[in-house]
Amino acid sequence: MSGNPGGSLAAVRGRRALTEPPLVQVTLLAVTVLFLAVFLVLPLVAVFTQAFEKGAGAYFAALREPDAWKAIRLTLLTAAIAVPLNLVFGLAASWAIAKFEFPGKGTLLTLIDLPFAVSPVISGMIFVLLFGRQGALGPWLADHDLKVIFAVPGIVLATVFVTFPFVARELIPVMQALGNEEEEAARVLGAGGWQIFYRVTLPHIKWGVLYGVILCNARAMGEFGAVSVVSGHIRGLTNTIPLHVEILYNEYNFQAAFAVASLLAFLAVATLVAKSIVEWRVRQAAPRDERLEEAA
Amino acid sequence: MSIEVRNVTKRFGSFTAVDDVSVTVPAGELVALLGPSGSGKTSLLRIIAGLESPDAGSVLFEGEDQARRDVRVRRVGFVFQHYALFRHMTVFENVAFGLRVRPRGSRPPAAEIRAKVMDLLKLVQLDWLADRRPSELSGGQRQRVTLARALAVEPKVLLLDEPFGSLDARIRQELRRWLRRLHDEIRLTSVFVTHDQEEALDVADRVVVMNRGRIEQMGTSQEVFEHPATPFVMTFLGQSAVFSGRVQGGKAFLGSLAAVDYPAHLEEESRPAAGYARPHELEVARLENGGGGLWATLRHVSPAGAVVKLELSDAEGRSFQAEVTREQHDALQARVGERLYLKPRKLRIFVEQG
Repeated sequence: MSGNPGGSLAAVRGRRALTEPPLVQVTLLAVTVLFLAVFLVLPLVAVFTQAFEKGAGAYFAALREPDAWKAIRLTLLTAAIAVPLNLVFGLAASWAIAKFEFPGKGTLLTLIDLPFAVSPVISGMIFVLLFGRQGALGPWLADHDLKVIFAVPGIVLATVFVTFPFVARELIPVMQALGNEEEEAARVLGAGGWQIFYRVTLPHIKWGVLYGVILCNARAMGEFGAVSVVSGHIRGLTNTIPLHVEILYNEYNFQAAFAVASLLAFLAVATLVAKSIVEWRVRQAAPRDERLEEAA
Repeated sequence: MSIEVRNVTKRFGSFTAVDDVSVTVPAGELVALLGPSGSGKTSLLRIIAGLESPDAGSVLFEGEDQARRDVRVRRVGFVFQHYALFRHMTVFENVAFGLRVRPRGSRPPAAEIRAKVMDLLKLVQLDWLADRRPSELSGGQRQRVTLARALAVEPKVLLLDEPFGSLDARIRQELRRWLRRLHDEIRLTSVFVTHDQEEALDVADRVVVMNRGRIEQMGTSQEVFEHPATPFVMTFLGQSAVFSGRVQGGKAFLGSLAAVDYPAHLEEESRPAAGYARPHELEVARLENGGGGLWATLRHVSPAGAVVKLELSDAEGRSFQAEVTREQHDALQARVGERLYLKPRKLRIFVEQG
């Protein structure tokens, strides 16, 4: 199975335990735990302590505040558009790359990684340059009374751009490892394109799809840089949760800032839990598949 | 249902996998496509199935051109080398797949599907494993499920791609005898691909020997084994001793061997040629009984089996395999290191091309 920089399901399969001297094991483990404590657990605890500093009442008040509520709704809307779009894109791209031979395949793979390689701020700038007042499409948009930059469409566009590799990157190695013998068998048996997808392909890739969607969603809701550039920070209109947190923080409203931030922290924890469940399910399914491959 | 392949050519980039091949498979026969890897046999099988489209030529079922018919509607049963079973489905669901994906109008009712699948599983003697997953079966069992799955759609022809390729030797033998019996029972026009000459000769009614995208010879097992048309068929269908030399004026002169009649080349012009003999066609003796053979040193003896296999090499380092009966071996009393006299009883002579 080929490597995947995103930390993939593929890597979960076929994991082997190494035997190292106990001292090495303990040291490595200690370093890892210490690192996680300092950089992960401590900040997470800090977020919740700050959020509940003035009690639960103040915490929920901060979330019910109209601008905060609008930011939450905008974030949900953005994710609700970006994630399905990238799901479709990811399925199409990984299918094309894993199942067909065509010129420029390597280039396409590299392009899919582009959002990982480019700073999110630059991603935002690209959209300002394209759709902004002075941008390439700016005059045309102004003539038709369409607003992209400093409006919701811009935020959605920037989010889609930043999150599009997640599903594709997750599915490409899974699909490549599957090969297309089973699809061919289904075709000979008379199945049509959709029947093959639903009955044969999807059952094999469903955990990969779910994993990609979870990661994609987490990033879509948490994206700051690219969205910040195209948003214009209009309170109650173009602020997503991360942007709203920044504004509250800059206004020294620490408790409210952390209360809203705790939502993203919740999302992060929920994402991790969901991810572990998916990985566990894949491990459950993996030994069977491996035996099948060994015999083949 | 007969299959006819007419002048089919298939290229992959600059590589010609199948080169202007024509074959006819009469209805109800079991035919083997035999050849080394890269000989185009699998490509040809996939073209017959409709999994690949030929660059030139046509495939006809019962005289009807299949070019415009997609693999979905060709009604072929295809058995894949690596089974290609749906690993997330039970054995039952695997076999039922072809019936379940039919359009609503022609899809049989659930009870009928159930009865049919169970019948097929009985046919392949696996009805007791209906609820297992493919991963819980042995290789031989999986291959039989694949066969049942292919038969479920009532195919008009059955195509098998190296059906026993990934099984161990004993299971292979068992399964190919079983396939032969099954074929005698259902008489479905079948083509199977193999690189194992023993398998092809053992199972098939007729054998098509392929090499480098072309057909070298077709015929019954006996025809291709006893009367190979080319040196390739001779060497591919079993071991052989090679004696090189020349042909001239209706005779072949092969080293120290006695001149042999070769009426196919009566010209005075001398051409390089070689004579081939099977291991059992070599006479092994202690004495130069009348000459016309060569001396070789015995290197190895494999006494296990109905025949005794001898490995010899001559002064020039060429090695020869010979087979003698047990009685001959006992009479010969040869030990490794001794010099023995080899003489071919039968030679097949091929003039070098070009």
